[in-house]
This record gives sequence, C-alpha cells and structure tokens, in this order.
Amino acid sequence: MSETKKFMYLNRKAPYGTIYAWESLEVVLIGAAFEQDVSLAFLDDGVFQLTKGQDTKGIGMKNFSPTYAALGDYEVTKIYVEKESLEERGLTIDDLQHLVWEDEDEDWAEKDSIRLVSRSELADVLAEQDVLFNF
Amino acid sequence: MKLTIQVNEGPYQHQSSDSAYNFTKAALEKGHEIFRVFFYHDGVNNGTRLTTPPQDDRNIVERWSALAKEHDLDMVVCVAAAQRRGIVDEGEAERNGKDATNIADGFRISGLGQLVEGAINSDRLVVFGD
Repeated sequence: MSETKKFMYLNRKAPYGTIYAWESLEVVLIGAAFEQDVSLAFLDDGVFQLTKGQDTKGIGMKNFSPTYAALGDYEVTKIYVEKESLEERGLTIDDLQHLVWEDEDEDWAEKDSIRLVSRSELADVLAEQDVLFNF
Repeated sequence: MKLTIQVNEGPYQHQSSDSAYNFTKAALEKGHEIFRVFFYHDGVNNGTRLTTPPQDDRNIVERWSALAKEHDLDMVVCVAAAQRRGIVDEGEAERNGKDATNIADGFRISGLGQLVEGAINSDRLVVFGD
C-alpha cells in the first residue's frame, strides 16, 4: 500500500440536519493515518459546516465544528470552498472559521488552509482526483 | 476492474441499497473483482439479520448475505456507525455490555480504515447514497 492517491472528500450537506457531515469528518480523521494526498471541498449547504460561532445547545447535539480547526494537525492543508455556494447563501469567507496549518518546511509558518475557488475551478480540481468521497 | 462499493443508506427507506446490490451483482457477473463492500451511515442497517420484510417483498439483508456467500465477498460494517445504530456482533456485544447480537451472515464489523484501504487498493470507489 505504498501508492499515494489524490483523495478528495466532498462535503455538500448542512452540519446538523443529517449525520453525513460528522461521519465524513470521522473518515477524514481516520484516513489521515494512511498518508494519502488529501483535500476537502465544501459546496452547496456543506459551506455551513465551516461557519464560525456554531452553538448547538438548543438542539441537544454535539457541536463538532471545533474539530475542523484541528485538521491542520492531521496534515489536511487543502480545503476548497466554492465561492458560488457561499454567495447563494448570503455568506462570505469572513463567516467561516479561519483554518490554518503550520508549514514544517518554512519554520512552522502559519498558512491559510481555505482556498476560495469558483465552481469551474473546483470542477478542475475534482477532475484531478483519484478518489472522491461524497458526503 | 477492481472495485470497492460504499453503501451509505439503509434498506427499504432508500433505493441506494438496492442499486448497490444490483450494481455489485452485475459487476461480478461481468467478471469484475469486488475488493470490498463497505456499509456506512445508515447503510449499516443492511447488516441486521432481524430484518423481517413482508413475504411478497425482496429480503435485502438475505440477498446481500447470499451474494457474499456465493462470491466470497468481504462485507464490512463500519464500527462507529454500527455502534450508534445498534448493529452488534459478538465482539461488540461483549465490549459494550450488550445482551444480544444481530449481525447477519456474511457481514463483519470493522473500522473506517477498511474503507480508506478499499479506496487505495481499488481502481474505483463506487458510492451509493444521497
């Protein structure tokens, strides 16, 4: 199993209406141990997964949104967010958590993980992948 | 071609399980290799032997079990998803202090690593679900 593949996890659903978002994140965290070339994409209602200030007290569910901030530690450093999906929902990048990773090769410099891309740019990124996990 | 199949939805509620079964069966008949069938999310509910559909309907669980027996399929139910939804084998019953098991023939409970490994080792990961 020495082969490295380009893995992309597509997140398309709002965070608490169904369990897909949380169980997707569980695959990402477990999958990180397999040292593949991993990226995540958030589109459609999936962009709501990354919004900051989530408070789930009223619905009695676990707020798992802090987990996204830990992705950098799992060497998940490429997080694509589709621009049109944000715009269609009245969101901007400022509504999302500021996700960063530390670059070992540049004295642990903090770098942004989120890459804002257009729908057509995201299509190009998808076309480059070997494996798509769709959640 | 070597394939891993991922089933994300429960039986009867959603066509995904039927489609995954039909696809897997057709792929085997065409001579393709199924590396693994992985059941995730509500898809783990395909693996309970307590399912009792009306007699004039298809038995989705038994159909998977029969296909696994015929083709020596590796059918894996995700452990984390299974624990949430009450799919239990003997090991899980013992570990979690449960008084019963319900895993169907041909299914086994294991970790998400089995899904990732399937994706790495197969030519295609084919996902059935919303």
